[in-house]
Amino acid sequence: MTSIILEQILNGLLVGSYYIVLSLGLSLIFSLGGVVNLAHGAFYALGAYFAYEVQRRLGFGGAMVLAPIGVALVGVALEQLFLRRLYRADPMLGLLFTFGLAMTAEQTLRMIWGASGLPFPIPPGLRGQLLIGDFIYSYYRLTVLAVSIATITACWLLLTRTAFGMVVRAGTRDPEMVRAMGVSLRPAQAAVFALGVGLAGLAGVMSAPLAGVQPAMGTEILTATFVVVVIGGLGSFWGVVVAGLLVGVVRGVTVVFYPPAAEASMYVLMALILLFRPRGLMGEKFEKFE
Amino acid sequence: MKNDKQAPQVPGRREALKKGAALGAAATLGFPAIVRAQADTIKLGHLTPRTGFLGQLGDYGFKAASMAVDEINAAGGLLGRKVELIAEDSVNPQTAVSKAQKLAEREKVLALIGEINSASALAIAEQALRYKLPFFNTGANSDALRGKNCNRYMFHIEGCNTMYTKTIGTWQKAENKIKGAKWYMLTADYAFGHDLFRVSSRFLKENGGELINNDMVPTNTADYSAYILKIRQAKPDLVYINLAGVDQTTFLKQYKEYNLPYPLAGGVMDTIPFWAAGIESISGHWQSLWFHGLNVPSAQAFTKRFLDKNGFPPDNQAWGDYVGVKIMAQTIAETKSTDPPKFIEYLEKGASFDILKARAGTFRNWDHQLLQEMYVVKVKDKAAMKDKWDIFEIVRPVPAAGESLELIQPTKEENGCTMA
Repeated sequence: MTSIILEQILNGLLVGSYYIVLSLGLSLIFSLGGVVNLAHGAFYALGAYFAYEVQRRLGFGGAMVLAPIGVALVGVALEQLFLRRLYRADPMLGLLFTFGLAMTAEQTLRMIWGASGLPFPIPPGLRGQLLIGDFIYSYYRLTVLAVSIATITACWLLLTRTAFGMVVRAGTRDPEMVRAMGVSLRPAQAAVFALGVGLAGLAGVMSAPLAGVQPAMGTEILTATFVVVVIGGLGSFWGVVVAGLLVGVVRGVTVVFYPPAAEASMYVLMALILLFRPRGLMGEKFEKFE
Repeated sequence: MKNDKQAPQVPGRREALKKGAALGAAATLGFPAIVRAQADTIKLGHLTPRTGFLGQLGDYGFKAASMAVDEINAAGGLLGRKVELIAEDSVNPQTAVSKAQKLAEREKVLALIGEINSASALAIAEQALRYKLPFFNTGANSDALRGKNCNRYMFHIEGCNTMYTKTIGTWQKAENKIKGAKWYMLTADYAFGHDLFRVSSRFLKENGGELINNDMVPTNTADYSAYILKIRQAKPDLVYINLAGVDQTTFLKQYKEYNLPYPLAGGVMDTIPFWAAGIESISGHWQSLWFHGLNVPSAQAFTKRFLDKNGFPPDNQAWGDYVGVKIMAQTIAETKSTDPPKFIEYLEKGASFDILKARAGTFRNWDHQLLQEMYVVKVKDKAAMKDKWDIFEIVRPVPAAGESLELIQPTKEENGCTMA
């Protein structure tokens, strides 16, 4: 029994790494722009569809690089055209806009690629399983883990070791002061939005061979993404990381004992954590969100 | 919008509004001929989920139903009148009720055709009873709809869970895969899954197999790795999934990812999730209500017409909605009537219908299930595929050509029905 649970915990960490990539983008966009991006799932789905197209021509490696960039470009266009007008407006407007965007996007995907799911096999080079003792890992999932760790590390370095990262962190904490210092947040906001939806796109690419590509995929994943961000705590990078792993592990262990509650487990976890830490695991007190 | 282009006979909401306005204007201006022509069409209501997780199946059904109506009109309509299909999206049971009421009261349709979700089908059946209109269920599988929830106005073109279970079960028994075998089941945790689990676990037990575990899986699960690790520890002889739709696709893909040696079978099989999973992710023997590779002239002709029109072949849901419209058309033509009670009488009396299979179909009079053959199909070798839709080869019909169609049906004891 212990080995079963240990196996599920390790597997849960793996699943969690992928939640982190998805949630990190949402957290970044919210932290800096104050926009609750209900269309995050739509960008995730878009990533999967772009990957479907690119993969047929340039293979999966090409899809992994180009699809998220494509999603980021779409994101920048939408940010420049619409979202930037909503940063300082009533948060409700951003909420409504992105909600509408999500629905429009899903319907657009349906119109272009059809209502049925598209087949997306695991790339031939990544098929197969690794056996370590009695534990089994698929090569594909190990690849997802490696890409996730690399992405998370790159984001962390970007946010902590570069001038751009400094503006983002300062803007998250106190946008007024940043403006008073003569630094415009506009370019950073656009870049963060692009980065955030690009991360969602990357998660979409990685999930395509596992869960397939279909128009409703974005809507289905959105709630889990929010739960991870809320558990982790707003504006906290490591909060999202810890929360993602925690959600993955708790879910896996629930499957061992009581599968019907597997999807509900993350909500129970969220409720428990909010009970003791209302700002989430590592959430800090930010003036602008209080 | 897309639909308006493809099926001009189906008015969108806006189009309906315009037509209504035109009709009103025509009436006040005194063009009674036009008004009569409008009122004179025979209207059939198509009600099925077109969005949400069943939307992709529903869309195939809608395309096929519109095609059937086009064909009927091209052949001169019914009773000398044009046939009009009024299509609505049922989304969920609440919407299904209000749309059914609208179709019955405002549009005065002569029949309701469609549905996939068992809960919505039940809700529509209640409205059908209330308005005394026949309702052809083309996609809801739950046994309860034919059993404790049966009613005089509901007819089932879709096979019930027992039929699906007994079809694959008959084959498994013949191949000696049940007696003494240990099965691991995964079941969708909602009404459909529970109903299917009840039927399939009973069949397993009655035939000497053992259920070593069943996991109730929440719907829309995106990651099955935790379940697959459990299956791997349990070492069953067979993994049996009572899952449907997207859940089925996701599980098939991920099961293949881990390449476990335990064969896979399941309680239902819809072609669309299998197409979506792709040939590389599927394996084993499955049961099918209808597959476009079926070597029957009428099935091949239907497949060709559908393919020419849409660019892809019909699936089993398209078959159901097409056959539903055609059965209703034959009923109107044969009874020479637009009076629903006459329809019911005709359908119950054992009328025979061409259902694009080797054997004709009739409705069983005590529970209104369409008696029909089903098929055991086998996933093709990738090398033998003609195109990306050509994923199955048909192993055999069940019941076999000489056997009674009752063979795969639930008995009165298993699923009794007392018509209201």
